[in-house]
Amino acid sequence: MVVSRSGSKRTVSAIDAAAFKAGVRIGMPAAKAQAMISGLHIVDADPDGDALAIERLALWMLRQYTPVVAIDAPDGIVMDTEGADHLRGGELPMLTGLVNALRGHGLQARGAIADTWGSAHAIARATRREAIIVPVGETAKAVVNLPISSLRLPPDIVSGLGVLGFRTVGELSATPRAPLTLRFGPEVGRRLDQMFGRLAEPIDPIRTADLIEVIRSFSEPIGAAETIAKYIGRLVVELCAALETRGQGVRRADLIVYRVDNTLQSLRAGTAKPVRDIHHLTKLLCSSIEKLDPGFGIEKLSLTATMIEPVEEKQSISSLVEEMIVDVTPLLDSLGNRGQRMYRLAPVESDVPERNVGRVSPVSEKFGQAWPTRWPRPSRMLARPERIEVIALTPDHPPASMTWRGKRRRIKRGDGPERVFGEWWVRSSEMEAVRDYYSVEDEDGNRFWVYRSGDGVDPATGTAKWFLHGIYG
Amino acid sequence: MPITAANPVISELQDRIRRLEGGTARKGEVLSFGIAEIDAKLPGGGLARGALHEVAGGGADAVHGAAAALFVAGIVARTKGDVLWCLTRPDLFAPALAQAGLHHDRVIYVEADREEDVLTNFEEGLRFGGLGAVVAELVRLPMTASRRLQLAAEASGTIGIALRRWRRPTEAADFGQPTAATTRWRISVLPSEPLPVPGIGRARWLAELIRARAGEAAEFEIGACDATGRISLSPHARDGQDQARRSQHFG
Repeated sequence: MVVSRSGSKRTVSAIDAAAFKAGVRIGMPAAKAQAMISGLHIVDADPDGDALAIERLALWMLRQYTPVVAIDAPDGIVMDTEGADHLRGGELPMLTGLVNALRGHGLQARGAIADTWGSAHAIARATRREAIIVPVGETAKAVVNLPISSLRLPPDIVSGLGVLGFRTVGELSATPRAPLTLRFGPEVGRRLDQMFGRLAEPIDPIRTADLIEVIRSFSEPIGAAETIAKYIGRLVVELCAALETRGQGVRRADLIVYRVDNTLQSLRAGTAKPVRDIHHLTKLLCSSIEKLDPGFGIEKLSLTATMIEPVEEKQSISSLVEEMIVDVTPLLDSLGNRGQRMYRLAPVESDVPERNVGRVSPVSEKFGQAWPTRWPRPSRMLARPERIEVIALTPDHPPASMTWRGKRRRIKRGDGPERVFGEWWVRSSEMEAVRDYYSVEDEDGNRFWVYRSGDGVDPATGTAKWFLHGIYG
Repeated sequence: MPITAANPVISELQDRIRRLEGGTARKGEVLSFGIAEIDAKLPGGGLARGALHEVAGGGADAVHGAAAALFVAGIVARTKGDVLWCLTRPDLFAPALAQAGLHHDRVIYVEADREEDVLTNFEEGLRFGGLGAVVAELVRLPMTASRRLQLAAEASGTIGIALRRWRRPTEAADFGQPTAATTRWRISVLPSEPLPVPGIGRARWLAELIRARAGEAAEFEIGACDATGRISLSPHARDGQDQARRSQHFG
């Protein structure tokens, strides 16, 4: 239990699950809690330390996730993820990944993505789920049943509204504004408008001193894509010059756009390796320029190198060496920033065909191993093996005919069986499972990779049903 | 080509025309199959680098694209550098490509959800210039898109291969539509080479060269790619040898 003091009054400010079970609640006097439970472990609250820790966390998220991160005092962090989620594979993978990463550090976190700061704040605090995404435009539906305490109002207003009988945000928003404002001031209406997105609430992003940032303000607001691209180009030149003096390259570059109507937009470009190439960076940033909505105009552009790493300077290859090894990472960066999935396939130690190919990052190290197989393999594999009807001699003859997708084929030739055993260390139900693979060829020369589930003798090894798994070229 | 070698006037004229066309198809910039009969049918003696080529499967393979994929793998296996393979349906089985000589470390797959993204990725890969080859599995290849791709390939000198693959066999009639591709191939499976014992021998394909710019259409019966990505024209003679070599290589 954490106890905070204000003057001589000591109140409970945070509790763990065990204390909650025992009946301790946040906000109750510490003396009462102590009276309820003996041997309560009490820690004095450390607001400064908490704030520092949250700030450290926010800076980490700034480097890892999105250019616009701010502290949502006292216990939260707010991020504008628009224009940055594609680097993490979309909103849901990003949010669950974030919550999991925090859990890995021993922190319990709940996250929500919603249209506005206010609604995301309320939803993250009011629900028990760890990661929630509210689809665009469904904010009103999502917040209607939330308690008014999640509106970021001062405690006396919340209790005052409670006295009047208001419980949920929906009730409050359906009430005429004038009497509320008369009684509680403009704060209630402002918070409601912010939650529903009727009032803009810009996030003021945090920055550290050692962050490399170049800014350009415009006396006349700009809006045309070409103009934006031109100034991005100039900012990149400045940024690269600043990086060069430090011997660093950029892994994440953030462009923050300040519009004249006091809202922010951001673009993030990620690279697989530290980069200081002006042309490459400009291209990466300009490739997603159409995502920006200049509105009435842009008055300020800021380009930040959020994540930097030392660049290894390489000696350029002399023309005497004929085989130039070209670094493909610039291409991968530009494809990746458009949200394409890229991978290489690498061998995995497994005899089960669908398990012995694994996806690895395209920039991962090349090990040069090969699949240790001497049997020809089909060039196309079906996503799921498909049932076929066959006529075959048991136990170990290839089929004489098969019917696949309604077409009956007579088999002229066959090879096999190649026996694959189930992997009990993956799934215990595969303990005795067996597949007998055959390659077969029909009269027209179409070649297929088919298997029989089971060894054809012992029913424990499989159902003796036949499946088509791959198509040979 | 034999005619040009015989007549210096014609060859000079051809050189001048080539310069007028942009001068990108430089002499010797071809990837030959290493089979005299096939290479003789192709202008320059092989598949031009810095050009777009189209490959589709015939018959049922128009949908599966299994033989066509191996034919393409054999071609790109003989280039140098990384290979970009753009697709929407991730059903390629990498061990089979490795058996056709295309090592899995060289292939970077780019998976897109939409057909248009595949075209964009294809073009971006061709424009990049540092790749050995770029392959894209496409359903549709409109004239405009193919012209863009051809120009991108010419500018960078990277060989681009459009692996046409349809959803339904009836859609394969689309292959008759004109595109700007330099050559167009259709690969159909044939019954495999007979073996003296029961079993399946080396796969054989009917490779139809449907269109070749500045060349003639032709068709060949070929033996499927061996472990170095080479096809063969007279598979009967080399059958036993090749099988033995393959087992050694992967054994």
